[in-house]
Amino acid sequence: MSRGDRTLRGAAAIVGVADDVSPTGELDRSGRELEVAMILDALEDAGLTLADVDGVCHAESAVGLAEYLGIHPTFTESTMTGGSSYEVHLEHAAAAIAAGLCDVVVSVYASTPRGDRSRGRRAPRRMPPGPNPMAEWEMPYGLRMPMGPYALAAARHMHEFGTTSEQLAAIAVSTREWAARNPRARYRDPLTVADVLASPLQVGPLHLLDCCLVTDGAGAFVMTSAARARSLRQPPVYVLGAATCTDHMGIGQMPDLTTTPGVVSGANAFAMAGLNPADVNVLMGYDSFTITALLHLEDLGFVKKGEGGPFAAEGTLGPGGGPLAMNTNGGGLSFTHPGMYGMFLVTEAVRQLRGECGERQVDGAEVAVAHGSGMVLSVMSTAVLGTEATL
Amino acid sequence: MTTVRGEAAAAPARFEPPVGAESGPFWEATRAGRLLVQWCTACDRGVFYPRAFCPHCAAPGSALEWRTASGAATVYAAAVEHRPDAAGAAFSRGEPYCVALVDLVEGVRMLANVVGCPPGDVHSGMAVSVTWEPLSDGRQLPLFRPDPGAGP
Repeated sequence: MSRGDRTLRGAAAIVGVADDVSPTGELDRSGRELEVAMILDALEDAGLTLADVDGVCHAESAVGLAEYLGIHPTFTESTMTGGSSYEVHLEHAAAAIAAGLCDVVVSVYASTPRGDRSRGRRAPRRMPPGPNPMAEWEMPYGLRMPMGPYALAAARHMHEFGTTSEQLAAIAVSTREWAARNPRARYRDPLTVADVLASPLQVGPLHLLDCCLVTDGAGAFVMTSAARARSLRQPPVYVLGAATCTDHMGIGQMPDLTTTPGVVSGANAFAMAGLNPADVNVLMGYDSFTITALLHLEDLGFVKKGEGGPFAAEGTLGPGGGPLAMNTNGGGLSFTHPGMYGMFLVTEAVRQLRGECGERQVDGAEVAVAHGSGMVLSVMSTAVLGTEATL
Repeated sequence: MTTVRGEAAAAPARFEPPVGAESGPFWEATRAGRLLVQWCTACDRGVFYPRAFCPHCAAPGSALEWRTASGAATVYAAAVEHRPDAAGAAFSRGEPYCVALVDLVEGVRMLANVVGCPPGDVHSGMAVSVTWEPLSDGRQLPLFRPDPGAGP
């Protein structure tokens, strides 16, 4: 199957979603209890049950989750690419369904850093055993993770293209405008460029309000074949194109800090979908930091390389009715960010295409992109999703 | 628990790097203040971090040799940590510090601190050269400092 091949286009659809967040940033449930709740909610949304599930995706252990659920899937997927894991799961699930490996796939995520802290449980810092490039070549220099690498990317972008802190701040501002329309968002108060610039520098040039939240959150999606999707409860949201590209693991190995592997994943996903950026109504672009979202705008082809700053500063990414709505749930910057935020790109994209988003609904949304960014601009995964009308 | 005066000072100010499987010669040379880089004799390019394989041309480890780098470099990108406590970095004694990617004239890129000037003065394109900070076991950590005479 080549990238221009349309075999995968429209072969599978997301038929159920669920997520759980709290305006306080904290959830009572955690761990497997929360994961199971998300799976059952997403299955209920679809009109399916656990007995229908024969594919399981989990970024740590799909096998362990399947055991906990007491099911015996024919497809398991444990790819861990950081925040983009759930776009990778989406891509692989669609391919597996199209290839006949399974029929109903669930992917789930739950992370409760705030609740864990309140309960006195701190997750141990995960580090691969033994010497590894990060420990040997990065950690001695006090590069704070994860914002250090993003600060370097922002600094280089400023150097090459004259991008300003004000332009980056405009992304935080437009994203907050969307969050104001989302009753479940963590932060909904109005935000100005001046507020962002007045917030304390963390790793310069990034200010505190250029950085995503740390909140509890969980979510799940259910995917099945297009044929089966049409008999279910919700309007199917079809996978029109999906692609991933890996560039590096540590920031020191990234060839060009102003160009992410989204250039590849985006082009391939759009080619599979037979669509262009101009066809996109809603961009759910992973916003771990303002610079992350800016790089997506350029690398996915919404603007030319280097023009992301002026484009963001025009202020048309917010809810003012511009041609491209970005991060309509309020994003990782203002809605939620439990660590690997990619699941919420999918749940919001699906809800926009089902027309369920109330005050923040983008009128006539037919095509949405969920673009996940994993680790330190390392692994980009792009899913182009569409309604029945886009097939 | 009794707090022993000087206890904090005894803790290493830096996270001290482990020695990777391929990087023994690199760290040994730092004891004498020499900066080594791997060089692929098959494709004539520098390799960093050290490997048993050339990531440019897929040559085997036998094609790689160690060469002494000049220590001259250009800053590719520079960031300033304003919250050393949040970064868990004691080496700056609470002061903001610069973390930068520097391109050695030999064509490889390293992460390092740029010292010897206010951290906010470090910028892309700045010429720097290597300087050394002792580690607890006699190895030295390469850092960089402004050096208008360095660079390509």
